[in-house]
Parts: sequence; C-alpha cells; structure tokens
Amino acid sequence: MEYLPNILFTIALIIGVGFFTKNIKKLSRNIKLGKDIDVSDNKSQRWKNMFRIALGQTKMVVKPVAGIMHILVYVGFIIINIEVLEIIIDGILGTHRVFAPVGALYDFLIGSFEILALLVIIAVVVFWIRRNLIRLQRFIKPEMKGWPKKDGNLILYIEFVLMLLFLTMNATDFQLQQLNEPHYTKAGAFPISQFLMPLFDGMSISSLVLIERTAWWLHILGILAFLNYLYYSKHLHILLAFPNTYYGKLKPQGEFNNLEAVTNEVKLMMDPSADPYAAPADDAPEPEKFGASDVMDLNWVQLLNAYTCTECGRCTSECPANQTGKKLSPRKIMMDTRDRLEEVGKNIDANKGEFVPDGKQLLDDYISKEELWACTTCNACVQACPISIDPLSIIVEMRRYLVMEQSAAPTELNNMMSNIENNGAPWPYNQMDRLNWVNE
Amino acid sequence: MSEELKVKTMEEFMAQGTQPEILFWVGSAGSYDDRAKKISRAFVKILNSANVDFAVLGPEESCTGDVAKRAGNEFLFQMQAMMNIEVLNGYEIKRIVTCDPHSFNTLKNEYPGLGGNYVVVHHTQFIKELLDAGRLSLAGQEYKEKRITFHDPCYLGRANSVFDAPREVLKKTNANIVEMKRNKKTALCCGAGGAQMFKEPEKGDMDINVLRTKDALETNPNIIATGCPYCNTMMTDGIKAHEKEESVTVLDVAELIANSI
Repeated sequence: MEYLPNILFTIALIIGVGFFTKNIKKLSRNIKLGKDIDVSDNKSQRWKNMFRIALGQTKMVVKPVAGIMHILVYVGFIIINIEVLEIIIDGILGTHRVFAPVGALYDFLIGSFEILALLVIIAVVVFWIRRNLIRLQRFIKPEMKGWPKKDGNLILYIEFVLMLLFLTMNATDFQLQQLNEPHYTKAGAFPISQFLMPLFDGMSISSLVLIERTAWWLHILGILAFLNYLYYSKHLHILLAFPNTYYGKLKPQGEFNNLEAVTNEVKLMMDPSADPYAAPADDAPEPEKFGASDVMDLNWVQLLNAYTCTECGRCTSECPANQTGKKLSPRKIMMDTRDRLEEVGKNIDANKGEFVPDGKQLLDDYISKEELWACTTCNACVQACPISIDPLSIIVEMRRYLVMEQSAAPTELNNMMSNIENNGAPWPYNQMDRLNWVNE
Repeated sequence: MSEELKVKTMEEFMAQGTQPEILFWVGSAGSYDDRAKKISRAFVKILNSANVDFAVLGPEESCTGDVAKRAGNEFLFQMQAMMNIEVLNGYEIKRIVTCDPHSFNTLKNEYPGLGGNYVVVHHTQFIKELLDAGRLSLAGQEYKEKRITFHDPCYLGRANSVFDAPREVLKKTNANIVEMKRNKKTALCCGAGGAQMFKEPEKGDMDINVLRTKDALETNPNIIATGCPYCNTMMTDGIKAHEKEESVTVLDVAELIANSI
C-alpha cells in the first residue's frame, strides 16, 4: 500500500498526457486537411519572428494594460512550470521537494514562483473585471455569445484556482516544516503564502497534511485537466502561437498571392498557337477549384491560424467595417473557420477516416456573403493580431470562389469588371482617351 | 487649360530610339476620374519643373487589374497583368512611378510573380528623391503656417510601410503637419479599398469615410492631404458629410507641392 500514491499519480499522468497526445494528433490531422503551401523559405526571418512576436510578446504591448497583464500571466505560466517538473518527479518517486538540495537557489525559485503566483492572481482578476464588469466592447460582440464567453471566463477561474492551490500547498507545507514534521524537508522561501498561515494556526498535524496533500493533488490534477481542456478552448494559443508566428506572412501585407491554377489557364488563353476548341485530354486532371467555399479549400497555415486564434478581438476592434456597424468581424471569420474545421474533423471520426459530405460548407452556413463583401482589404486586422493571424487571406479566398466559381459578385462589381474587360478601366471610357487629361 | 504640360509617350521615345528616366503609370483613376486627373496634371507639373525625362504609356496602358484581384477575380487580374507586362517588357521598362498606391502595390508586389520585374516607387517617394537631389526646389509659401494632416492610404502605409516619404515632402511646404490619433500602421481605412469604391457599402450605422474624416477633423486642419486618388474622393465626400467643405480642403501631396513651386 505504501506505493499506492505513486501508482495513482503515474496513472493520472499517463492518462492526462495520453489524452493530450490524442488530441494533438487530431489537431494535426485537421490542420493537414488544408492545401499545401510552401513556407520553407526565409528560415532565419521566421525564427526571428517567432522569438520576437510569440516569445517576446512584442505585439501584445500595443495595448499596454492588457499587454503587461498578459506578460505576467505568461511569464508565470512558463516559470511555474519548473515547479510542475518537481511536482511530477515527487509524484512518481514519492519524494518531497526533490530539488531542495540546490539550497539557496531553491529558496529563490520557490520565492519567485510565489510572487509570480500572486501577480497572476491579480492579472486574472483584472482580466475578469475587464470582461464582466467593464465589459470592453471587443469582448461583448455578437460572436462572443455562449461558449466563447464561458470559455474566456473558465480559463480565468481555472488559473485563479490553480494559483490559490499552489499557495495553499506552500502555506501548509511551511507550517509543517516549522512543526518539524519529518517528511517535510525544510526548504523554500514563502514570501506570499506566509500570509495565509494564520488560517491554519492551531491545526493538528494530520489536518495540515490532509490540506497540503489535497492542495498538492488538486493542483497537479488541475494542471493535467487544463492541458486537456486546451484542445476545446481558445487557450490553445499558448502552444500554437509559436508555430503560427513562425509560419506567418513575410511578404508585404498588400501582396496577395497569385493563383497558379489561374496563371496556367491565362497563359493558355494568351498563347496564339493554342487551339481554343481543343477537348481536354482524357487523362487531364479535373480543373482545380478556384478559391474557397469550405475549409479543405484553404491552406493549412490558414487552418493553423484558426486554431491559434484566442478571440481577443483586437482585429475586430480595428476593422473599419466593424467599427461602422457592418456584420463583418475578422475574429468571427477565424472562429467560424475553426468551428467548421472541427465539424469536418468529427465527421471524419464518425465515418472511419473518410469525410462524408454533410450538405454544409464554410460559405453561407458559417460565413455570409454580406460579411465577405464588407471587407476593404485594408489589413488593419492583420496588423492588429498579436500572433500573426491573417483573416484577410481567408476573406479573399472566399471572394475568389464567389466570383470565379459562382459569378456571384454584387452587380456593381460585375459592371466594374466588365468595364475592365472591355475598356481596360473600371469605368466605361474609351481606352483611346487615356491621355486626354494632359490637355484638359 | 492653364499651362502647357510636356508629356511624351513611350511610343515617341521608341521612335527616337531613347529611353526615359522613368515611366509614369497614370492609372485608370488618374486618366479618367475628374478629380484624379488634376493630381496627374499636378504631378506632371512637378516632373516638368524638375526636368525629369519621363514617359507615359497613353492608350497602351490598361487597368493593372488590382481592383479585380481584391474583388476576387484573379482571372481578370492576371489577364490584365500579363497584357501590361507584355507592353512594359516590350519597352524594357526599368523604373515606374505612380500616384496610385493600389497600382504601386500591384506593380511592385504582384507583377514580379507573373514576369514583370520593375523598380516601382510611389509619387511621394519620387518627389522626395527630387527634392533631396536638389532637382526640385520650392519657393512658394502658399501653405506656410497652414495646418495639414496626412491620411495614410492603406496600400501605401500599412501594406508597404511607406510612412515617412509623404510626411517629409509635406514638411517642405513649411506647413504645420499634425497627426491624427490613428496614423501610420494603425491608420483607419478611408473605405474605398477592396473594391468598395465601386459598390454601395453593406448595411451599417455609418459610412467608413465619414468616420475617417472625423479622425481628420479632430486635428482641426486647413487641409487634409493624401496620396491616393480613391482616398481623395472618400475624404472629400466625408468633408461634405460633415459640412466642412467651406473650411477644409482635401489635396494630394502632388498638388500641394505643385502649388509650392
């Protein structure tokens, strides 16, 4: 029976990490449903971007209050993970504070974790107030109703409780150390949790051990549960922000890709020696679909973008269409893409690895034409995203489908385009008059 | 009209067996839109004053296809691009200047992939170059002490990171340059981009140009300067919506400089 806790812990760890691995595999499969795109260029620039934007959080501080608070939670998350490592080793081996022999450094580390834990608690409370009491515009837009709102708050509650458990664990541990309880190695500095100690004054050793162990177990089980919550949450960004900033667009924001499938057709059309009436060869591949009407038509970086989005809404609050009351919200474009991708993924799971058409698609069932046509392609959303998500590229890809596959552009745009075809200008003027302005 | 402009076509250069220093890509707006034609004329006045040996394509120029591309018509865009590239490469064009940030962006970034490789500059960059090289000097004090705010066109600023050239050029007029709260990378769009210029806006509670003009008016300007024919139209309409057309005018950087020569 002596080893029961170790065994239980190891089982919990295996289950936690196992489920997480399963989810990551599903995530990776879903992302790979996207078309291939070559992002093997400029490796050094890509690494730089990842370090600067994801690790360095340079774009977060554009909004200083949210940015600095976010850095606190982020640094807390990263650094407190050293403590989690110790907890895992202790859990498996049945040791207690296995890193304690490093002495003064250990005291320093535990002390800093405590200070960080307090800062995280403060930041989380501020975040909660911004979402629920101040009700910042970008957190109460229509697409945030229901699960997205709950998700945002749930993450804050979990972080709050985890930090509180960590401090409770330390406070009772410190108390037990002072009572010379043999298993509790005298180690660590407790600048924050010492203030919790009066709560446990006069308690029996067995009660203290019970509280300490409960807090310890809940803390680590909470972390394992949180790890598995990620896949279902906007919180996935804590992992995906890194690859996402690595694969982010490097070209000037104004540069849209030239569709290769179109280039081939245009070249053929302009080739004077090509036979315009030639029937396609029997073995000719089916002509490629232009643009995107569903998630499989997007490239995998765009799908990665969708899973990475943490729904902060900075894009939407900078969007000129959204600011003037139009339906378009770049954040919703990303959320819809993820929701549809999840739906497609579940369809594949339910049909033995094969996608069975479900009569739905990203266009119309999730994203309306009205939203797509409201975009000014101004790139404000792309600029605003703290982790290099590009909602505009999805909008353009879907416009391409509407125009080239469905001829479903608004009438005025069809007029404009036929003017270009006929007169070489978006207006109905004669091309021979192009130089009239000189003498007017 | 007022003064005689010296404009030669590439065809004429070809006939003489010479190459111009630079090609002026006029663009569809600059060729046909009544307001934008004035910008083309102002820019040529500057080029003439600095003795720049430039050419235009005239009837051989066709829409870059930019607006078709933003609307999703990649097919039409590439047709236009390939036709233009054939003409430009036929004339062995090396360097292009344009007053339209949309043409600037497309020619500079999207033509290379289709075989059109040129050095492309926006007219505000070229004017700066002329001023820096001492080829152009400004004697006029037309705008001295005037308050001018510059509206960043999306496809010049955010899209291509050209923020300083227009501002530095404007400073040469001795005007007082004031910044809007949202400027440079975070400038608000005028509402014309992405083919919006050619359609009615979707249902909302305000027009984008009215909101952007509000940003500009908050700086209490005499003049709103911009570097894009479409922004110009949108801001001019915005001024009317705010009933400020008596006290505020919208001018292109080229016009401000041409008036200061």
